Amino acid sequence: MTEELRYNHAVNRALTDAMAADPTVILFGEDVADAGGVYGATRGLRDRFGPARVLDTPISEAAIVGMAVGAAISGLRPIVEISFIDFMTFAMDAVVNQAAKMRTMFGGQCSIPMVLRTQHGGGAGSGPQHSQCLEAWFAHVPGLKVVCPADPASAYGLLRAAIDDPDPVIVVEHKALYATRVPMPDALPVLPLGRAAVLRPGRDLTIVAYGAALRAVSEAAGILAAEGVEAEILDLRSLQPWDEAAVLASLARTHRLLIVHEAVEAFGIGAEIAARMADIGFDELDAPILRVGAPFMPSPVAKALEQRYMPNATSIIAAARRLVA
Amino acid sequence: MARNVKWPIGLSCLQDPGWITWTPAEISAISDGMGKPPRSPRKIAGVASSARALSLYQGVLLIRRVEESLKTLFAEGLVPGFIHLSIGQEAVAAGVMSVLGPDDTVASTHRGHGHAVARGMALPQFFAELMARSGGVCAGRGGSMHVADLAKGFLGANGIVAAGLPLALGSALAHRTLGRSAIAVPFFGDGALAEGLVHESLNLAALWKLPVLFVCENNGWGEFLPTSHQIAFTLADLAKAYGIAYRQVDGNDVAAVASVAREAARHARDGHGPIVLECLTERFGGHYEGDPQRGRDRDELAALAGRDPVAIARRQAIATGADEAACAAIESEIDSQIAEAIAWAKASPPPSWDDAASAVYTPTGPA
Repeated sequence: MTEELRYNHAVNRALTDAMAADPTVILFGEDVADAGGVYGATRGLRDRFGPARVLDTPISEAAIVGMAVGAAISGLRPIVEISFIDFMTFAMDAVVNQAAKMRTMFGGQCSIPMVLRTQHGGGAGSGPQHSQCLEAWFAHVPGLKVVCPADPASAYGLLRAAIDDPDPVIVVEHKALYATRVPMPDALPVLPLGRAAVLRPGRDLTIVAYGAALRAVSEAAGILAAEGVEAEILDLRSLQPWDEAAVLASLARTHRLLIVHEAVEAFGIGAEIAARMADIGFDELDAPILRVGAPFMPSPVAKALEQRYMPNATSIIAAARRLVA
Repeated sequence: MARNVKWPIGLSCLQDPGWITWTPAEISAISDGMGKPPRSPRKIAGVASSARALSLYQGVLLIRRVEESLKTLFAEGLVPGFIHLSIGQEAVAAGVMSVLGPDDTVASTHRGHGHAVARGMALPQFFAELMARSGGVCAGRGGSMHVADLAKGFLGANGIVAAGLPLALGSALAHRTLGRSAIAVPFFGDGALAEGLVHESLNLAALWKLPVLFVCENNGWGEFLPTSHQIAFTLADLAKAYGIAYRQVDGNDVAAVASVAREAARHARDGHGPIVLECLTERFGGHYEGDPQRGRDRDELAALAGRDPVAIARRQAIATGADEAACAAIESEIDSQIAEAIAWAKASPPPSWDDAASAVYTPTGPA
């Protein structure tokens, strides 16, 4: 049997390796110790590193993240988990007004080396308060970094980079990805923040996406290829900072750009990428830049409605055909 | 454990007063706990007590004079934004800080100048920060509500009500995880008591038995509304509900604050878990500098004169045997230190755009 790497195991391994390498790395959040995490990503960590470094918290998102900030400026490298990105609403002050601002406000006296792990996304019928993709909120705040790993190797590599990073990083995983698995890679490198990866080369259009939306993008690219349309797929990996150079380079090859994300389309990550490329990539464009995202409404619960709500191969193919027509 | 009290200004008469422990007899001799002059102003034996009382007087007066100077600078347009003065509350900051050690950490509030100065922030850098000059302790990027000095364990003033509490909890967690015997001290006002973060923080501190000394500066006001119109409970009851030890003290009586704070700090430091210290104090001014205080009763404001923490601290110093000359020496020394600091700050240039814009993230080495 070939050894495999599961997404949630990759997260666990990144946490394990980081905690083994640095005794100042600690982990706390709701159900991370006893239960091992809602998705099993922190299983076994308390047994290995002890109750002083792996702590269950009460359901107090604002205090959890506020404590992480205080710990980060007092000598620790805390990793906290907010089990659903929807619950970040309670923690916004600590993230936006404290963690993001402190380095600036304090004139560079300190860095805030903290990581906030959370997960987003639909597909399970979890409804409006457990399915949102709110990553653009954080990408909009100067002082924060945001990554969104789409596969097990990225889950490992980006989380390690986030923990090593001196600034606050929000790692947005996807609930539908935890059980995904790939053959065990030969190596699991730390992946630098701010770098995209070309998942599939292509000459006819560039599709930029991140997170679980890449699955639908890959499916769409396969169908498009059968029609003779070769899409180049870029996994953004890192949303803030994002790899402007890689997107521009791909656009220079294909001259057509489609951006896909599961988040609501309006005012999203795609809007920022489109605006930047319309500016610095204007001369490369042979067609308008298109986006595929969720419509401007909360996530439905009913399966059929949710399937229609989330970007899928059909909606991506439709947009791609418009671009190459 | 003996520690020297380090003050930002050096007076030969106060150099190295040592770590002087007040006895209950000393406290009762110089304070009736309500800020009135002692009923029987016995002279307490020993230079040590008088040095300690003078040191506390110096601490209280320093904050007062600093903030009076800020009023002037603000009126002159040299302090950007808006500032929240703690005039009337100085004894809390001076008293509590006088019992903290160098490894302890302090999280402050939007009304945080007194905390910063009492924690030992250098005055020139303090004033330069308030005036948003490049020589400021935060390079002129923080200003009044974000003045911070991490080297002194001062985790910053904070523009968000109650936000300092979880910061202090995290700092306390770091102290414990890293084996430091330090405690974390969040200051907050009674106006913060209705914030959910206070409740989350009290629960977590109690649950994890964190070394936290919660200091509530209860001045009776939350912004422009009396606390009685905002809070349906008492802090004493709240602490009890969370199973947290609680002490109350007259926050305008610096000797009383220092005495109770010392015991409270010891409680937290010795592993007994968090403790709440409620300091009943007075906000002489408005919510912010320039607030016309339309909601406040004029008679009440007039009556505050008898509660002046500076006058109380001075009387206490005299009662312990300090003479007028020693008090006067402190006063003139503070004034000249402040004048020097302000002159230095005024000469400091404003921050550069490039410095500010490049400080958002931690610089990384060449890729």
